[in-house]
Amino acid sequence: MSTQVLTYLFVGTSFALYIGIAIWSRAGSTKDFYVAGGGVHPVVNGMATAADWMSAASFISMAGIISFIGRDGSVYLLGWTGGYVLLALLLAPYLRKFGRFTVPDFIGERYYSQAARIVAVVCLIFVSFTYVAGQMRGVGIVFSRFLEVEVNTGVIIGMAVVFMYAVLGGMKGITYTQVAQYCVLIFAYMVPAIFISIMITGNPIPQLGFGAEVTDGSGLSVLQKLDGVLLDLGFSAYTAGSKSTIDVFAITAALMFGTAGLPHVLVRFFTVPKVSDARLSAGYALVFIAILYTTAPAVASFARLNLVDTVHNTAYDEAPEWFGNWENTGLIAWQDKNDDGVMQYGAGAALSPAKPIFDVDGTRGSHGERLLNNKSTESANEVYIDRDIMVLANPEIAGLPGWVIALVAAGGVAAALSTAAGLLLVISSAISHDLLKQTLLPRITEKQELFYARLAAAVAVCIAGLFGIYPPAFVAQVVAFAFGLAAASLFPALLLGIFSKRANKEGAISGMLAGLVFTFAYIAYFKFVAPELNSAEYWLWGISPEGIGAIGMLLNFVIAMTISHLTAKPPATVQALVDNIRIPGGAKAA
Amino acid sequence: MDTEEKSNQLELETALNNQTLYWQANLKLLVKLLVVWFAVSFGCGIILVDWLDQFTIAGFKLGFWFAQQGAIYVFVALIFVYARQMKILDRQFDVGDDDSNQEPQS
Repeated sequence: MSTQVLTYLFVGTSFALYIGIAIWSRAGSTKDFYVAGGGVHPVVNGMATAADWMSAASFISMAGIISFIGRDGSVYLLGWTGGYVLLALLLAPYLRKFGRFTVPDFIGERYYSQAARIVAVVCLIFVSFTYVAGQMRGVGIVFSRFLEVEVNTGVIIGMAVVFMYAVLGGMKGITYTQVAQYCVLIFAYMVPAIFISIMITGNPIPQLGFGAEVTDGSGLSVLQKLDGVLLDLGFSAYTAGSKSTIDVFAITAALMFGTAGLPHVLVRFFTVPKVSDARLSAGYALVFIAILYTTAPAVASFARLNLVDTVHNTAYDEAPEWFGNWENTGLIAWQDKNDDGVMQYGAGAALSPAKPIFDVDGTRGSHGERLLNNKSTESANEVYIDRDIMVLANPEIAGLPGWVIALVAAGGVAAALSTAAGLLLVISSAISHDLLKQTLLPRITEKQELFYARLAAAVAVCIAGLFGIYPPAFVAQVVAFAFGLAAASLFPALLLGIFSKRANKEGAISGMLAGLVFTFAYIAYFKFVAPELNSAEYWLWGISPEGIGAIGMLLNFVIAMTISHLTAKPPATVQALVDNIRIPGGAKAA
Repeated sequence: MDTEEKSNQLELETALNNQTLYWQANLKLLVKLLVVWFAVSFGCGIILVDWLDQFTIAGFKLGFWFAQQGAIYVFVALIFVYARQMKILDRQFDVGDDDSNQEPQS
């Protein structure tokens, strides 16, 4: 069977599986819809959390980014795993004890204020929507490359599937489909990684393989060889960093604290039966996440090595098939600057502007390459490679069989859909539960609330799809900032709500607003208002917009505590609530 | 009547005291674990990374290994240690949510 047919088969079967699960696990009550009935086993919840968490960015983009920036890529690995320690130790057990449906629910009750609840809803919707748009785009990319349908058709198919199980099943449907999606995505990630590790080093465990010796008889380890090869081509060494220490520190902190403040992850811990289960479940979640996150840096180094080996100094006519395939999707381009028909790869941007602008008539050059309207740069580098293709193209670059390639396609779709569904759910429950039931329409019955929850989910799916089809130019840049915003707005309010009895509504609201506005303004200034100034010399203390959430968070803490101490203590009932969530005993069923 | 009120009062105080002690033990554990969390990630993986890179372990520069592998393994271990230790504290102070030692709460 051809790779194309296999891909249809794999993706199609996985879709049938997800829809089957959705029909089997329909939600009958708001409790089913918001927290899957509250009876999910901690291991099952851990697996679902892992799928919820690992998005198209983790599956498709992360290894690619690390592949190109080497040690600086550690910020993602540390940030997106270290946050779970904070989540498990500081938030999850207490929020589970609180035992309601949503994150704004906690903020609204703890700070005895509808205004605080609304501020939390706004933060949540902003964070979740920026994040979900990227997922839909990820589905589109996989479809366009592997199934050769239009990106937009891909987005619509993805929307239809998510619609099926998120709207029908709510949290209950999502939980069980996410378990299936985790299995698909981790298998799809590990199989090629193990194959490639064996090919390059003879060691089947990628985590060990990327420190092992390369089997080419040079006696060098993978990382030593990679450092050498890259230095020869004019890049900096793979294992050396180029970002400043303070910036790496701030970015890692923003990603960690942001992770702990992400509503779609937090809400997963509302679904387990007990407080002690919430603690354990966070541990299982991180185990399932760590399997992928410790493999990703190995994949990154193998992929970079393979890429240089296959592309550099290869005649275009002799380039492997995948090169042309990805060139057709526009994610690879070659400009024969010295007119020798051979591809030279090296440091520096190959094209000006950096992204390829293909000739509209589709004219081909003398070697069959797609012609470009870009100006060439001074750099000797002739090859443009989009970072996002590294994981998807990796099996092809390594020459693995067709079924592995098909598997990776199914895995990429699973990663994107599982995260999209989780995000859509928190958006819809924030609207139906916090905005309608708790604020605007307190008299609606449970049945009506469930209807509104489904309606909100349906509307959110459509908006997310539109973002996928007409991606606003800023989406890709903004996704990483969702973390900074979550760190600067939600995390401090949650933490203080549990660990400080003195924190009151005045403090929490002003803290959240200050953190959000400061972080948002800093990012907007350097990304949209004055992008030409976006370099270290203009940054506050040398901290880039990616890392500014860490400062926003500190600001939030300082303001929240100061104002809380200057204003009245929270009422006795709220202090009793805090006492109550601090001990696990007597946890109400959610 | 007076004695009954007094004993109720006393019971309440013991319960509150017990909760306070439990919370302090919890905070102590959190501080210990978070120190480790900070040391492996921000410490070894970021601040000391260049210095640690002079050592090599299993083909990795040590600082690089912490940043891309080691810290993640420690994170996983930390959460399980936390879950275990908290279970012990829950039992010690009799505030757990196991069905076996369910304590009535307001």
